[in-house]
Amino acid sequence: MSAVPETLKFASDQGLTGDHNGGHDDGHGEHHDTSATTLFGFWLYLMTDCILFASVFATYAVLFMNTDGGVSGKDIFDLNFVAVETGALLISSITYGFALLCAHKQQKAGTLLWLLVTIALGCVFISMEVYEFHHLILEGNGPDRSAFLSSFFALVGMHGLHVTAGLIWMIVMVLEVLKRGLGTQTVTRLGCLSLFWHFLDIVWVCVFTVVYLLGAM
Amino acid sequence: MSLLGNITLDAIPYHEPIIMVTLAVIGVIGLAVVGLITKYEKWGVLWHNWLTSVDHKRLGIMYIILALVMLIRGFSDAIMMRTQLAIATNGSEGYLPPEHYDQIFTAHGIIMIIFMAMPFMIGLMNIVLPLQIGARDVAFPFMNNLSFWFTASGAVLINISLGLGEFAKTGWLAYPPLSEMSFSPGVGVDYYIWALQISGIGTLLTGVNFLATVFKMRAPGMKLMQMPIFTWTCTWANILIVASFPILTAVLGLLTLDRYLDFHFFTNDGGGNAMMYINLFWAWGHPEVYILVLPAFGIFSEVISTFTGKRLFGYTSMVWASGAISILGFVVWLHHFFTMGSSADVNAFFGVMTMIIAIPTGVKLFNWLFTMYRGRLRITVPVLWTLGFMVTFSIGGMTGVLLAIPGADYVLHNSLFLVAHFHNTIIGGAVFGYMAGFAFWFPKATGFHLNERLGKYSFWCWQIGFYVAFMPLYVLGFLGMTRRLNHTNNPDWNIWLYVAALGAVIIFAGIILQFVQLYVSIRDREQNPDLDGDPWNGHTLEWSTASPPQFYNFATLPKVHDIDAFTDMKEKGIEYQAPDEYLPIHMPSNTAAGMQVAGAAGIVGFALIWHIWWLAIVGALGIVVAFIARCYANNVDYYVEPQEIAEIEQAHLANVASVKEELV
Repeated sequence: MSAVPETLKFASDQGLTGDHNGGHDDGHGEHHDTSATTLFGFWLYLMTDCILFASVFATYAVLFMNTDGGVSGKDIFDLNFVAVETGALLISSITYGFALLCAHKQQKAGTLLWLLVTIALGCVFISMEVYEFHHLILEGNGPDRSAFLSSFFALVGMHGLHVTAGLIWMIVMVLEVLKRGLGTQTVTRLGCLSLFWHFLDIVWVCVFTVVYLLGAM
Repeated sequence: MSLLGNITLDAIPYHEPIIMVTLAVIGVIGLAVVGLITKYEKWGVLWHNWLTSVDHKRLGIMYIILALVMLIRGFSDAIMMRTQLAIATNGSEGYLPPEHYDQIFTAHGIIMIIFMAMPFMIGLMNIVLPLQIGARDVAFPFMNNLSFWFTASGAVLINISLGLGEFAKTGWLAYPPLSEMSFSPGVGVDYYIWALQISGIGTLLTGVNFLATVFKMRAPGMKLMQMPIFTWTCTWANILIVASFPILTAVLGLLTLDRYLDFHFFTNDGGGNAMMYINLFWAWGHPEVYILVLPAFGIFSEVISTFTGKRLFGYTSMVWASGAISILGFVVWLHHFFTMGSSADVNAFFGVMTMIIAIPTGVKLFNWLFTMYRGRLRITVPVLWTLGFMVTFSIGGMTGVLLAIPGADYVLHNSLFLVAHFHNTIIGGAVFGYMAGFAFWFPKATGFHLNERLGKYSFWCWQIGFYVAFMPLYVLGFLGMTRRLNHTNNPDWNIWLYVAALGAVIIFAGIILQFVQLYVSIRDREQNPDLDGDPWNGHTLEWSTASPPQFYNFATLPKVHDIDAFTDMKEKGIEYQAPDEYLPIHMPSNTAAGMQVAGAAGIVGFALIWHIWWLAIVGALGIVVAFIARCYANNVDYYVEPQEIAEIEQAHLANVASVKEELV
């Protein structure tokens, strides 16, 4: 299983452009073309995800003052804690970038190493978030306490679920790289995951600013 | 906690004779279908050629079958409501108790919009769009199959609610706080949430898929401003889908958190804000009506230009009018609740924006009129639907402009005037469009013609029935009757309620005639074949293929130089040219993975509705495992050999030649 058969493509999803007929006169091969379609489709999906986050952001913006006599952001946010969390996620984006650079250079060991570093940093981020949530719920500041806390848990939690999904995806990709090496299909998938991972970083920058920085002030 | 969650025997409504009879009828029909498939040994065909197919044309047909089945369900609800209201006058209670009636009007709305109109629209788009742009399939064929099964899963859930538990009694919008746990503790709203959520994800994937298709897979030479107009209006609709369906996903998710985990987004207590739901819901809901109607506009454009034998008047303005409608569609949502009590400035802004939409819509109407002007219009069934639309939709549009005036809206809000208005636009706009498209592309999809005479009968029943059923509702709105009433006690209203019920019966006749037409056409299919694949002297590339089209669509990708690419080829005399040699075509294989993933999603939805937590976890794992298995499957594609292509193409060209000979 070291080499990928040429015809083995992700979910056969990309492959109908029919370059065998010389239909495309841009001179590129089929793989290039199907990868481009896949990446474009994934971009589109990310934009829909962006709107999903925007809706929950809007809800947070409307509800964050509705504390129902309970705590507000100022009372519960610890910026030092969140700074470490944020640092872990931002650095993980850089390390993922290194992984993708290695993948493009067909360096299997380097790709795996940087993927594992990224997974570790992602786990740090998620663990810290779970700790924060657990801590808040223990103190009676769970999402059922007020509309502010509901929207806080929903927004931050939704981002956390995305990061968790990204981590699962990354673990699967580590196995794929181990088994199949760095064929076109695998590199395309790593490219999609890269878009996803950086996108989550950008969303987190917004969360950090709107929820934590503005909330703690 | 029991293994079956909250399911008990009481969940089956055996004390409701109407529901039990319905279930019995569904059971008998279901058994009959299973029996027939077994008798004719068609299970293999069904599985290999249809259910697991990734072919956009077959998926399109399955979408439309789903839409027609759900049309029966949704119309049954409609005629029950109309008869109930015709009987329950002068203080009489009628035959539908309020708790049942409430479920019926909720189910009617959701079924007609989400499970009838959307699958119908997406089905037509599936069949036609890739052919129109000269592509071999959509960008992601497996995802296309998955989208269909997500939609089907949602439809299954909403139908289970008929026999197990209840459906929401909230109206199709499920406004909180009524839809919150404290006021709707049953499973009805949960059925609503999961049916809508699962099918909504399918629609979202469809939007992504078809956008990638039109931007990345057009035939060589086809510029964006050379795409056929139906493809363009579908593209705008898909842009609206990817921009608005995530909002629905979000708002349903938030309501889910409220109901399941005691969050406080929209509750009365805890600082919740119900208006946030209503704002978010309509930020999806208003674009949604344009998602429904824009492709219909495209169908009318294709029909009018084809049957007048002329180019479409004002192609460019048509494209940009659609774009203007799409963008404006995002800044009008507040007109659904002027009575929320925003400031006069806010209401005025949304009122003016709403009225402005009439301008690009008017541009379209004049384009159609100018296309017909000095044309030689052939009065076929699709043309009848189009003409009926042009009159009916204009009236609906004008009542919409009337409702857009906040002052008038305060009087007419939630009245039957509103109900008449949106049926006027959705039936007279979207549904008439799908019927036109159905008759127009039926020969293309199946290879034989629909019975023209029965089609005309059906159209006239629909057209007349529509006016008889809905014009009285405008009057009733002015007379002060609000929507969702179970029974009335106002003698002034009675006559209009009787007339409206009569209208529903006339529409019923139209629907029956459509099914008779379908039956007769299938029975007589040998006599009415569409041999050459171009029955109407069409303009665009779908008519250059055989009917039904070759499974690979195009043996060689066509070169496009014109908006009306096929007309252009005919004028140059190069329309049916065989290449010197055929090359192998790369095709995706069929797969059951779409059914597995979406089926598991349906199981998760069902388990969550009934709080069967173990099953929800199993289902969720099923989704992940089935998806990953699909990603690493080995048998995902194959090549069609030149030999086979040559045989299929020669058969098509021979058919074309035989038709030409007959004409000579």
